[in-house]
Amino acid sequence: MKILTGNDLKTGAVTWWTGVGWSLDVNDAADVGDNGAAVIAREEGAQNVFAAYVIDGEKTAEGVRPAHIKDRIRALGPTVRPDLTLKPSDPNALNWVI
Amino acid sequence: MYKYDQYDQQMVDTRVEEFRDQVRRRLSGELTEEQFRPLRLQNGLYLQLHAYMLRVAVPYGTLSSAQMKVLGDIADKYDRGYGHFTTRQNIQYNWIKLEDTPDILADLAAVEMHAIQTSGNCIRNISSDQYAGAAADEIVDPRPYAELLRQWSSFHPEFLTLPRKFKIAVIASETDRAAMRLHDIGIKMVKNDAGEIGCQFYVGGGMGRTPMIGPMIREFVPLDQLITYSEACLRVYNRYGRRDNKYKARIKILVHELGKEEYTRQVEEEFAHLLTQGIEPPLAELERIKPYFDDPAFEAGASDDLDLSDPDFRLWVERNTHAHKQAGYVIATVSLKPVGGIPGDASADQIRLMADLAKEYSFDELRVTHAQNIVFPHVRKADLYTVWQKLDEAGLGTANLDSVGDIIACPGLDYCSLANARSIPVAQKISERFGSAEKQAEIGELKLKISGCINACGHHHAGHIGILGVDRKGVENYQLLLGGSEGADTSLGKITGPGFDEDGIVDAVEKATNVYLANKQGEERFLDTYRRIGMDPFKEAIYG
Repeated sequence: MKILTGNDLKTGAVTWWTGVGWSLDVNDAADVGDNGAAVIAREEGAQNVFAAYVIDGEKTAEGVRPAHIKDRIRALGPTVRPDLTLKPSDPNALNWVI
Repeated sequence: MYKYDQYDQQMVDTRVEEFRDQVRRRLSGELTEEQFRPLRLQNGLYLQLHAYMLRVAVPYGTLSSAQMKVLGDIADKYDRGYGHFTTRQNIQYNWIKLEDTPDILADLAAVEMHAIQTSGNCIRNISSDQYAGAAADEIVDPRPYAELLRQWSSFHPEFLTLPRKFKIAVIASETDRAAMRLHDIGIKMVKNDAGEIGCQFYVGGGMGRTPMIGPMIREFVPLDQLITYSEACLRVYNRYGRRDNKYKARIKILVHELGKEEYTRQVEEEFAHLLTQGIEPPLAELERIKPYFDDPAFEAGASDDLDLSDPDFRLWVERNTHAHKQAGYVIATVSLKPVGGIPGDASADQIRLMADLAKEYSFDELRVTHAQNIVFPHVRKADLYTVWQKLDEAGLGTANLDSVGDIIACPGLDYCSLANARSIPVAQKISERFGSAEKQAEIGELKLKISGCINACGHHHAGHIGILGVDRKGVENYQLLLGGSEGADTSLGKITGPGFDEDGIVDAVEKATNVYLANKQGEERFLDTYRRIGMDPFKEAIYG
């Protein structure tokens, strides 16, 4: 699947395109197919996000998983600070990142 | 330490308000990201892997207690409770919100700090010896000269759009503690036969994908020509440095391609021309700056006695303190490398504690080191045990300076958008593998440096042991280098061979240290043994 990610303009936080809006949770990411460029143009133009780009991902039983390690780390947070990740209470949260 | 005059303060305050307006226009949609990006970068605001990152300049690594306290407060108020001290003696915050940035810059300006020229193709923060003004082996305090260069390079209109970024270091002792020859310009303060102080210029050093050791291009530049000669070096680079290829745009490439002799000839020609233009600030300006760096009011006759009956304290004194020029005082380094910790990170509470301790016990002064540690430059020996106890209670009492646990590591793929591999987890694993005091003592001085990409922010080329993280088809892989050094004996490390995975590189480091221990003679350091026996025994042990 093709998924779309960018950064929130105000906070810089990593966000994922859900099909109707933006989410901090990669598991909400939608398959944008061939529409990524059009969504980027519209959403960046509306100042909702910036630095957006399309990446390869995979829908697994556990959730949406970006193909590249860099985007997996973006999706969850620094591997060396699990307390700062999106799921700080989950000891297994980082298992799929590396 | 230096205090802003009205011009310094006005420049910084004006920039804060200018950026406040730019942020307002960005948030309102008046500015696109393409338009805004160079503006935010000129104010040290990057976009990193997870959020905006703000890099704050610490000129020549010197901080007052009040400044350090504000750095801790910013970590609490605007970030996630910690900051990261960098290999260029700066501090970075990893979780900054754009809308907060003008207020952060205003908080910094209130204590004479800023983030100007911490990014972009301009002259960056001037770095220096972290022991400046305190070391017994320096011929003069290098910081007044670094400060003069700071003033000259701040908002210098000709050098705000150089072919690439530009880094300058100033030292004043034979022992190079600032990696001077690995800077675009390295300046060593020297004394000539007549006993006059002047500047020795090294140009074209650097790390990154094409590491180079800067050659000396002039043995002695008189103090009243420091700025003019610097301007000549920059002007030749600005004129002829490559702008067609960012990977060949640093001055080291120009010096290499022209050759040291031709580059020097052009600099001298430009220098002769500039001397006729009268651009040098009057020596009175240097004389105005110097008193800011006068010695603090040391206690005459302070005792040199130290009670070392506490073995943990003894170990810390042995490892983390350095001879001071003043009897009864020492230079103390606070390691930000606890076993298994993140190199260079300090919590807001730790930052404020160090500020308080410096205020009480180090004449209100701290230094950031390029090795990502903090220095109390002037501690009375009579106070040292108290200082260490308070540090130790806060997790800051680790005794590992310049040992295998004192690892330099860039933020790597955990934070950096340029990185190809994570650096910090490798540093943590090595730190844990070699965590015991006995093991560190057995190995002795060993400078280990890790970069998560070829940009070499972790100085891997200059590590006695260097590690470079690379991307092998989406999988982290780590190359091992041996034999680098950034001291007076600067050398570049050589790659041992094929790379390793995360656990494999830790094993490889251990094998390398075992070769050293099996072959060391007398008081040889790891680097000395490597230089004597060469790469082959290490390769044989590592790859079998």
